[in-house]
Amino acid sequence: MEDEQIKRYARQIIMPEIGVRGQRELLESSVLVVGAGGLGSPAIQYLAGAGVGRIGIADGDEVDISNLQRQTIHAGNLGKNKAESARDFVERLNPDVRVDVYPFHLDPENVRDIVRGYDVVLDCTDNFVSRFLLNDACVIEKIPLVHAAVLRFEGEIMTIVPGNSACYRCVFSHAPPPGSVPTCQEAGVVGATVGVLGTLQAIEAIKLILGIGEPLKDRMLHVDLLTMDFTELKLRKNPECPICSGKVKEIIPEKYVESCQL
Amino acid sequence: MKRVDLRGEVCPFTFVKTKVALEDAEPGEILEVIFDHEPAVRDVPRSVEAEGHEVLSVEKIDEDEWKVVIRKRAEE
Repeated sequence: MEDEQIKRYARQIIMPEIGVRGQRELLESSVLVVGAGGLGSPAIQYLAGAGVGRIGIADGDEVDISNLQRQTIHAGNLGKNKAESARDFVERLNPDVRVDVYPFHLDPENVRDIVRGYDVVLDCTDNFVSRFLLNDACVIEKIPLVHAAVLRFEGEIMTIVPGNSACYRCVFSHAPPPGSVPTCQEAGVVGATVGVLGTLQAIEAIKLILGIGEPLKDRMLHVDLLTMDFTELKLRKNPECPICSGKVKEIIPEKYVESCQL
Repeated sequence: MKRVDLRGEVCPFTFVKTKVALEDAEPGEILEVIFDHEPAVRDVPRSVEAEGHEVLSVEKIDEDEWKVVIRKRAEE
């Protein structure tokens, strides 16, 4: 480890849970962040700061002025692709990090190729089709996934270790009917709320990489930041889950519309 | 005995660099660490002991210069 790296990561190297060895593990690790929006922005910021050696960033959208209330890493990049804008931020923050940019939306055809090869994937998407697609691809490819979602002052987060803990589809077999659940666009969201949840996702990724602590496996943490109630829901693998049970072994493109039911 | 010269370093880098040297050393190996930052002479021994290493001696060797001898713990 170079002198500059010892200084950069001093606060982490000091900790017994990380040390020099853990820092080297982080520098050799890779995390894919799907969605460089409200959740992805804080997650990318802290993963890059921590020295995760390779960060993949997937997002097909462009930075809009209405994003900046919560997506602070995109400052000054109006109109730019969000994945590319996020790469600018990471390069300014930490040159140790290599960024692989996917400036387009994940779809049933490309998702498995993109998630493959990463140590951890973060689901920072904003819609049910993407969540199911990412869950199913990560379970098939056996890559740990950290899901989070946010609305107004509330959020949820769970960690999925394929073959070991309940997956998103074990908990939700299909998406709610379109229009029945409001989106952030309709219902609103406070920037600090996505900041909390995206930051929790970054912490979960770091724990999974280092093999420390207790990731949110078979647990969903629901937070209401208006009342500051943090509630943990116990989850169980569904033996009938078509993805976890191995019944469905491929991504079937026509399933990823509306209900996403398999 | 491996000598680690940390003159010119201040906290927290005195501890961080001691820790880096300890992680690179063999189990049971003895390191001699030189500081010229007085707070480190109080803090580093306590911090390395908290991580299970043994502090064999702390000695003032010159005006504003100290030597701390540490034995790396036997196992990870």
